Amino acid sequence: MKTREEIAQALAACGYIADADLATAVSLMQLLRRPLLLEGEAGVGKTEVAKALASVHATELIRLQCYEGLDQSSALYEWNYQRQLLAIQAHRGGDADTIEDQIFSEKYLLERPLLAAIRRDRPPVLLIDEIDRADDEFEAFLLELLSDFQVSIPELGTIAATCIPHVVLTSNGTRELSDALRRRCLYHYVDYPDVDREARIIMARIEAVSASLALQIARMVEGIRKEELRKVPGVAETLDWVAALVGLGVRDLHDAPETVHETLMCLLKTQEDRARVTREVAERLLGKVA
Amino acid sequence: MSCCGANPGFEELDEVSRLVAAKLAAFLKTLRDNGFPVGLAEGQDAAHLMTEGYAARPGLLRSAFKHLFSARKSDWDKFDGIFDAFWLGKRVRSRSITAGSARAANNPSLKSFQDASARQAASQSATDQIPSADDAPEGRSGEGRMEGASRAENLAETDFRKLADPEQIEQAHAAAAQLAKAMRTRLTRRDLARRRGYRLDLRRTIHNNISHGGVPIDLVRRQRKPKPLRLVILLDASGSMSSYTGVFLHFIHGVLDEFREAEAFLFHTRLAYVSGAMREKDAARALDRLSLLAQGAGGGTRIGESLQTFNRWHAARVIHSRTVVMIVSDGYETGDAALLGREMAALAKRCRRIAWLNPMMAWEGYAPEAAGIRAALPHVDLYAPANTLKSLTALEPYLARL
Repeated sequence: MKTREEIAQALAACGYIADADLATAVSLMQLLRRPLLLEGEAGVGKTEVAKALASVHATELIRLQCYEGLDQSSALYEWNYQRQLLAIQAHRGGDADTIEDQIFSEKYLLERPLLAAIRRDRPPVLLIDEIDRADDEFEAFLLELLSDFQVSIPELGTIAATCIPHVVLTSNGTRELSDALRRRCLYHYVDYPDVDREARIIMARIEAVSASLALQIARMVEGIRKEELRKVPGVAETLDWVAALVGLGVRDLHDAPETVHETLMCLLKTQEDRARVTREVAERLLGKVA
Repeated sequence: MSCCGANPGFEELDEVSRLVAAKLAAFLKTLRDNGFPVGLAEGQDAAHLMTEGYAARPGLLRSAFKHLFSARKSDWDKFDGIFDAFWLGKRVRSRSITAGSARAANNPSLKSFQDASARQAASQSATDQIPSADDAPEGRSGEGRMEGASRAENLAETDFRKLADPEQIEQAHAAAAQLAKAMRTRLTRRDLARRRGYRLDLRRTIHNNISHGGVPIDLVRRQRKPKPLRLVILLDASGSMSSYTGVFLHFIHGVLDEFREAEAFLFHTRLAYVSGAMREKDAARALDRLSLLAQGAGGGTRIGESLQTFNRWHAARVIHSRTVVMIVSDGYETGDAALLGREMAALAKRCRRIAWLNPMMAWEGYAPEAAGIRAALPHVDLYAPANTLKSLTALEPYLARL
């Protein structure tokens, strides 16, 4: 088992700057074999955790994006009906049992993410993204899968897991998840990063940026997050903004207040927020950035 | 000698692990008392962690336990305090004790909750009500008695404000809760019937007809999943509303019980999120928990500020495109009416519809002239009275269609 310092370093090597808490969560995931439930505002890097985890373990990332109306046939498995029909037509007149055995074999089974995740040779990272968008029924089904790690297909029998995947669930909190699912998982709340961590994230992600500029930007973004905004910018927006500034050749925020104000559209995504952060507000915030 | 030395060693170790286990069990109990969903499996995992060497480093153990035992943001935020208080002996006031003693000491029945809000109303009404409204109850209460004298009194049509007899109040409360339940059932059924056999499900049709050689004989139709309407209720608990809050609280309790997708907020001078408390099965206990949450209820009203808080902190989570927001208030804003207008506009953009229930609308000679209600009305889709059980029932068709 790796210590959490090692895990934090390994994640950092993959471009994800984790705080100590998250590193603990990842080490617990391995120790207790529980899924990890990540909650937090949009754009704080929940999905990135799973991606980084996959590259730390040097394994595949299998992603299931949840949406309203997601059902078993698009999440777990489905029979390939077209091929089955073709096979029936091709073997017309043959022995019924033989045909049946043939068309309900693995060859005609379409793997969907959940089934794929438990049938790999080495444990993949299974990312169940935005679980709060799926329906209650799906959540209940998922709970069963996550505790037994086996799937029963009526025509084929029970398929047991060849490996236990590392499961990461994310939620934006648009719907309250069931207590049963929450209890089953380790819980981690992903907050907006503090200035230091955000600067390190910027430097890890965008190579062309200097340490001083990264720190300036992180401070500026922290100031903007404290304003009364409808949509608070996440880390993804910060990175967009950095890319824009670097692309426009900005080396120091104080040198180019005009550009700073004009590129704020990378951070502020609603008309009201744009109107609220006026030139004066932007300059005031810029003044606080050392 | 050596074997004698070894024996106490083992016993000692046993003793230590027993102590640790007892302490851990006590900690789990503390967490449960604080509302953490802690099951047996979590307890085992926690014990496992302690034997894995986490116990030696309190910081690490705290972080590990935090991930293991928390299930939501509120747990996450309060965990550190509980952990430190329990294991490190820091002086943090234990929430379990506060909650426990409060429940034991004052367990207000429905009636006493009513009484309390009525008492507060008496002291606060002057700040909150426009003078013309003060004469109205006098004139109308005569009418109420007249209806009573006929002995054919219909509870359904009596203004809640005129219910004085505790028994009647009890009845009205029960009826309100019952009504909420009935509404839920009917709404669901209607939805199903309308959408039956919406379109053909090709995949299932082929699958089911494999026995016919793939010739589609038995058609399978796809039924669109009935998407439930989400109801978000914002209840004004200020002094001027005090004669109605009791009934509406019961109505909300009934609604939350039955609508899976319903959230409730209470506001007076500030906003309180009360869904958790209202989901309590027993009405008396729900109101008990609520009375702790809603301290200051019965004072003035800052609708604008409360809505601002709602828009900023709760709207993104509780509102989606099929949400009906129901505001129950008389619209006597003691704060800034312009702010109320702005926040109503923002809210109207987010949700499907806004229904504003104003119990005073049915009062004789009432016109929406208070600055607050005038600022809010342009953004309201339905403006209705809700002063009797009958008028509550009349809302149902409105909630049925989306």
